[in-house]
Amino acid sequence: MNTQALRFVPASEFKERAAAAVADEHLRHSFRGAMDFLIGKRAAQFPDPVALEQQRALAEHIRKYSLARLPDLLEQLERKLTENGIQVHWAADPEQANRIIIDIARRHSTRLMVKGKSMVSEEIELNHAMADAGMEALESDMGEYIVQLDGEKPSHIIMPAIHKTKQEIARLFAERVPGAGYTESVDELIGIGRAVLREKFMSADIGLSGVNFAVAETGTLCLVENEGNGRMCTTVPDVHIAITGIEKVVEKLEHVPPLFGLLTRSATGQAITTYFNMISGPRRPGEKDGPREMHLVLVDNGRTQAYSDEQLRSTLQCIRCGACMNHCPVYTRIGGHAYGTTYPGPIGEIISPHMLGLAATHVLPTASSLCGACGEVCPVRIPIPDLLIRLRGEAQHDERPGHFPMLGQGAAKSRVIDAIWAGWAALYTRPALYRAFGWLATRFRALTPPMQSGWTVSRTPLKPAGQTLHERMAARKRP
Amino acid sequence: MSDRDDILQRLRAAPRGKAPLLPDVSAFHAALAAGMPASTPAARRTLFCEKMAFWHGEVVRVTHDSWPEKLRELCLAKGVRSLLCGERHAVALRGAGIEGLKTYDRPLEEWKAELFQNIEAGLTSTRGGIAETGTLIIWPDASEPRLLSLVPPIHFALLDARQIYDNLFTAMSEQGWSAGMPTNALLVSGPSKTADIQVTLAYGAHGPKELIVLLLVDEEELA
Ligand code: SF4
Repeated sequence: MNTQALRFVPASEFKERAAAAVADEHLRHSFRGAMDFLIGKRAAQFPDPVALEQQRALAEHIRKYSLARLPDLLEQLERKLTENGIQVHWAADPEQANRIIIDIARRHSTRLMVKGKSMVSEEIELNHAMADAGMEALESDMGEYIVQLDGEKPSHIIMPAIHKTKQEIARLFAERVPGAGYTESVDELIGIGRAVLREKFMSADIGLSGVNFAVAETGTLCLVENEGNGRMCTTVPDVHIAITGIEKVVEKLEHVPPLFGLLTRSATGQAITTYFNMISGPRRPGEKDGPREMHLVLVDNGRTQAYSDEQLRSTLQCIRCGACMNHCPVYTRIGGHAYGTTYPGPIGEIISPHMLGLAATHVLPTASSLCGACGEVCPVRIPIPDLLIRLRGEAQHDERPGHFPMLGQGAAKSRVIDAIWAGWAALYTRPALYRAFGWLATRFRALTPPMQSGWTVSRTPLKPAGQTLHERMAARKRP
Repeated sequence: MSDRDDILQRLRAAPRGKAPLLPDVSAFHAALAAGMPASTPAARRTLFCEKMAFWHGEVVRVTHDSWPEKLRELCLAKGVRSLLCGERHAVALRGAGIEGLKTYDRPLEEWKAELFQNIEAGLTSTRGGIAETGTLIIWPDASEPRLLSLVPPIHFALLDARQIYDNLFTAMSEQGWSAGMPTNALLVSGPSKTADIQVTLAYGAHGPKELIVLLLVDEEELA
């Protein structure tokens, strides 16, 4: 089978990919259908708008409180986990995170690593690094397994194979899974995946998982899932490695229920997932199963950059529910792959610039109509539209006093645009110049060019009216 | 500088702003509860059963004396030829004469393949239930290992009806979880499932395909 990981394509080609995706009727149909389904399921979970606002306020408060104390909480978490027998590692960037994991894997002469769903492992492209190191990393979440089998990347953070129809999956299994026949029955397809993966859980040397919440006071890693593959990965192999972004920590266990309740309801419209797995340590003497060795890898990868600015810090409140993408009119039309980044949709547009720099991603914050749907559904009230506007600005100008320069600061700056804005400012601050310009523009309107750069790609050309507004108002006032 | 120091230093160098107060989760829940009719054990039990049914979990009422016998009947009815239990209930179950009864009494490594291939059902205790979401609280330990509730295709779970809490927050505060977590604690709501293929729900993804709750009630209630 194909376990070769793919690298993400550069985000700068976003526009070409978006255009191709919009032209793909079949893809648009899949996403529209799936997103409408998820939107409906979520709405059914929140019948009372007042109660929802109270829950969101509490969740936002918990996330803001945790972030305000982040360095202290990370140290407390490290202390607690170490006491519990879990080894803690820190990685500033993807290379370091991969190095840590590959070192552990080599120490255990690993051939096979089974993986539960982890977006951070996608972020650092762990599968690729493992393949380069001659070890197999196998995705075990059904959706992730399907996309990996087809050599693809997830197109949604919660439902990775949402872009595929069951016919496509039926063909894929018949071709790639030894011994599997062609079937379009979803139950049978899941049965095939179950049988293959159960074998793998048994033989794997290492299990890798993500983390949804890390609790500092007890040293507990919480995992949310429906399938049970996460529990398999964290229980059957002898070694368990958890990987997470540094922002996932909360102080107290009691801070978890409000976030967990909103996470599952916002993500898939479920009041709770089948499993909520709280892990506080490896197998103790006398216990008969569970890993004998546990590690946690804390990954920065640009998160400290977001943290260093008080407005951008709210990006880190995210609990990765995916509701913002489900409700995004742009995401629904172009799907997850067009973004070219690990995190698609609105959350991707605000987090990717910190991970990859504005040079590669400045186009992403522009992939929004600023309709505000994302900010309205976000369970932790991240003001996503405000952050999009802020990032658009940071891409256009040099560093300003008051905050650190962002990676790729001013990457989208252009002399032409700067000159246009300078001209605009001059015009609007000098009344005589403004009148003269208005007179000229209306009198010579016939000379307006029919092709107006980006504007006319999908819109009719702009053309000034025959008279300025001032002239028309003056005419009305005359008796 | 190590990555650790580097990350911590960058976080500490960031502007602090106004620090938010400690969120008061218990006040939030108290306010919620004040606006609702008083919670009673009967109401909690009804809600639990309703929600568990929604997750495709079956609830069977049993008593403290009769549950091993009831379990034997259920195993027969479902054609279960091998039931795995922890040491805690081994004696009671042996007394009921359940066929193919096995005890999880060895480390996983010694019988991994057998566990995965030859066991058809598993029985675990629970530490309680949660009414709001139809959830079981399971705390695996040396007697009832973690995989007992995961690998066998059918999961039987014994729940004391008096141990059903309103919601997750009340369960964790009344049971004092933060004073000491086990190596692995679990919330389980129904059999394992997935909607990863065309958002079509399918049960038995990687874990149990069936979840049957044996709800322990008083003798009189059963009659
Ligand atoms: S930004 Fe908000 S809505 Fe989007 S994934 Fe994160 S928490 Fe969910």
